[in-house]
Amino acid sequence: MTALLHATGLAKTYALPRTAFQLARTLQAVAGVDLLLQPGGTLGLVGESGCGKSTLARLLLRLVPASAGRIVFAGQDITTMPEATLRPLRRRLQLVHQNPGAALDPRLTVAQAVAEPLVIQRLARGAALRDRVAALLAEVGLGAEFLPRFPHELSGGQKQRVCIARALAPEPHLLVLDEPTSALDVSVQAQMLDMLAELRERRGLAYLFISHNLAVVRQVCAEVAVMYLGRIVEQGSAAEVFGAPRHPYTRALLASVPRLAGAALPAALGDGPAAATVDGQAAATVDGQMAATGEPPNPAAPPPGCPFHPRCTLAQPACRMGVPPPLVNGLACPVSRAG
Amino acid sequence: MTLNQPREPLLDISDYRLAFDSFDGTAQVLDGVSLRLEPGETLGIVGETGCGKSVLARSLLRLNPAPPARVVSGSIRFEGADLLTLSEREMRRLRGRRIAMVFQDPVSYLNPLLTIGTQMTDALRGQHAAVGQAQPSRFVARAEAAALLASVGLAEPERLLASHPHQLSGGMRQRVLIAMALAGNPALLVADEPTTALDVTVQAQVLALIAGLVRDRGLALLLISHDLGVIAASCARVAVMYAGTIVEEAATATLLRQPRHPYAQGLLAAVPDLDRPEHRPRGIAGSIPNLLRPPPGCRFHPRCGLATERCRVEKPLLRELAPGHNVACHHV
Ligand SMILES: Nc1ncnc2c1ncn2[C@@H]1O[C@H](COP(=O)(O)OP(=O)(O)OP(=O)(O)O)[C@@H](O)[C@H]1O
Ligand SMILES: Nc1ncnc2c1ncn2[C@@H]1O[C@H](COP(=O)(O)OP(=O)(O)OP(=O)(O)O)[C@@H](O)[C@H]1O
Ligand code: SF4
Ligand code: SF4
Ligand SMILES: [Mg+2]
Ligand SMILES: [Mg+2]
Repeated sequence: MTALLHATGLAKTYALPRTAFQLARTLQAVAGVDLLLQPGGTLGLVGESGCGKSTLARLLLRLVPASAGRIVFAGQDITTMPEATLRPLRRRLQLVHQNPGAALDPRLTVAQAVAEPLVIQRLARGAALRDRVAALLAEVGLGAEFLPRFPHELSGGQKQRVCIARALAPEPHLLVLDEPTSALDVSVQAQMLDMLAELRERRGLAYLFISHNLAVVRQVCAEVAVMYLGRIVEQGSAAEVFGAPRHPYTRALLASVPRLAGAALPAALGDGPAAATVDGQAAATVDGQMAATGEPPNPAAPPPGCPFHPRCTLAQPACRMGVPPPLVNGLACPVSRAG
Repeated sequence: MTLNQPREPLLDISDYRLAFDSFDGTAQVLDGVSLRLEPGETLGIVGETGCGKSVLARSLLRLNPAPPARVVSGSIRFEGADLLTLSEREMRRLRGRRIAMVFQDPVSYLNPLLTIGTQMTDALRGQHAAVGQAQPSRFVARAEAAALLASVGLAEPERLLASHPHQLSGGMRQRVLIAMALAGNPALLVADEPTTALDVTVQAQVLALIAGLVRDRGLALLLISHDLGVIAASCARVAVMYAGTIVEEAATATLLRQPRHPYAQGLLAAVPDLDRPEHRPRGIAGSIPNLLRPPPGCRFHPRCGLATERCRVEKPLLRELAPGHNVACHHV
């Protein structure tokens, strides 16, 4: 089976504006990512704000050019493919955003919004177009009464359904979902997760699913990649990564999630202001769980060595020196691997 | 005071109704809310978007703009005084002092042009003025500000005081606002989605900070969140809100284990649980009502599987099922 999507050494460097005090600086938003997605596969991408999840998604969709690396989609190298050659492939790669309100044109009705990609790509017209639009809406659980409505007449969940119907219109093979349920209430999120599961089954879609909600990722994805400051630091099956996390950052992330069971303070972060020092170098260890102190570093000025070392419970002197090699066996931490 | 004598709670909200008037009509946003909070107690309020959590929180500081806001009935007693009938001058003595509030979005409560030090010293001096005390000197106020920053776990307070808000991370800004909230030595901290904009790792730190403050200072906490996990981590009790009414209130552990109200049950079934991937979250059919034309009777009835004729006409009142466990449903 050819992989649906295979990225190697993918990187994106942004130039930052020069200021009075600093010479030209750069920001490495994605720093050498390898990714493999099979047809019908589900890969979750998790990590803190600013770690590069959306940038990675945009790179894979060729919405921004890569600074380095290679992207192969359905057997074809699309890294630098000219737009004209890329066009027929584009319809197979679709993006769904976090903010469904901003993604919809307020002047278009639901029918027009869903028809638009079909018209632009000349995939249907006339009566066939009307049938396709109605069928797409039915697929995302919206009846014909929604066809003439405008975005302002829809709830957040309904808007997100329209966005998904639009993304489905050109019959993609891969749907990149960037925080698709973050703006929704839990009861609506649950409906959305059901719908996504159904769609995938029916259409054999693959998902790249980005979310900061680990419980949601666990529901949707068979595989998970954990990102920190532009790099994937751990990757594996959802059961492995969530059930037996190995990278100190993955453990910190999981330990920070407030749990319904237990109802104790999450995160083993110590239980008072003193323990939760922002700039603290040490991390608390409780119940054998680890958590990170401190906050995500500034990607424009990443710490030397392993980028996680200022927050890491296991950091060794060597961790400050060189960046750990990329994933070996799904793990980018030589210390945890040895231990 | 003798031990057995029923004393007045710190906060006592009783049958509070608030409406918003507009050209389209009147939205009955809070429809008979009753809640009590003892000193040092922690209560979470959970509910979906638009159910009235923030409006309720703002009511405690009388921050809902009137008009369009209009109190229809009820009372909100805090330390024995009815907040709804206090003069604006008396209210200013409470606001930010006995009752402090932190919000979801710290950025919009900090002036981007001024240093943290200037904003904190101004606020501290202003607070003394509000209660008719002599203003401390800038020097004294600045020292007080530094001590407050240290008390919320911020390292190098001096450096922070010289910083502008944009130089701070989201977590640090929220700590600064919590520090400012503590300045008046409040008895009640109202926190409206204080960690919603933060990463989970930072959220855990801020929740730990709040828990520490509650414990060490004996603060009462009213924590508003749409995330049951956040409330479970921070609050001993929880109230579930639906369309402007409290539908269930119980000890957090009880509510998580045995929710009794159909909406509370639906809400819990919808939450994905990291520890139980086999549990498929289930949605709640239908959608939240338009508060301009709320359903008569029980506001949840159009979405409720147990609804009967009685539910369609008669509003269920909150009643005690067991000590400390209240439910507003005709069929529980
Ligand atoms: N066009 C751009 N120019 C400069 N820097 C950028 C640009 N786009 C993104 N960045 C920076 O790249 C880094 C990664 O951003 P990205 O949006 O990919 O993060 P993310 O993981 O999606 O975060 P979030 O969870 O907040 O959505 C951030 O530091 C961001 O500020
Ligand atoms: N100033 C106002 N004028 C008119 N209506 C208002 C005003 N403020 C709030 N509302 C309405 O009151 C209702 C409750 O709003 P509120 O902000 O309290 O919801 P919430 O529970 O905090 O939701 P969220 O979880 O989205 O923050 C909503 O229907 C809202 O539109
Ligand atoms: S390489 Fe070192 S600092 Fe980085 S995660 Fe591993 S132990 Fe921690
Ligand atoms: S009162 Fe009736 S409609 Fe309301 S929650 Fe109870 S059973 Fe359902
Ligand atoms: Mg993003
Ligand atoms: Mg709110």
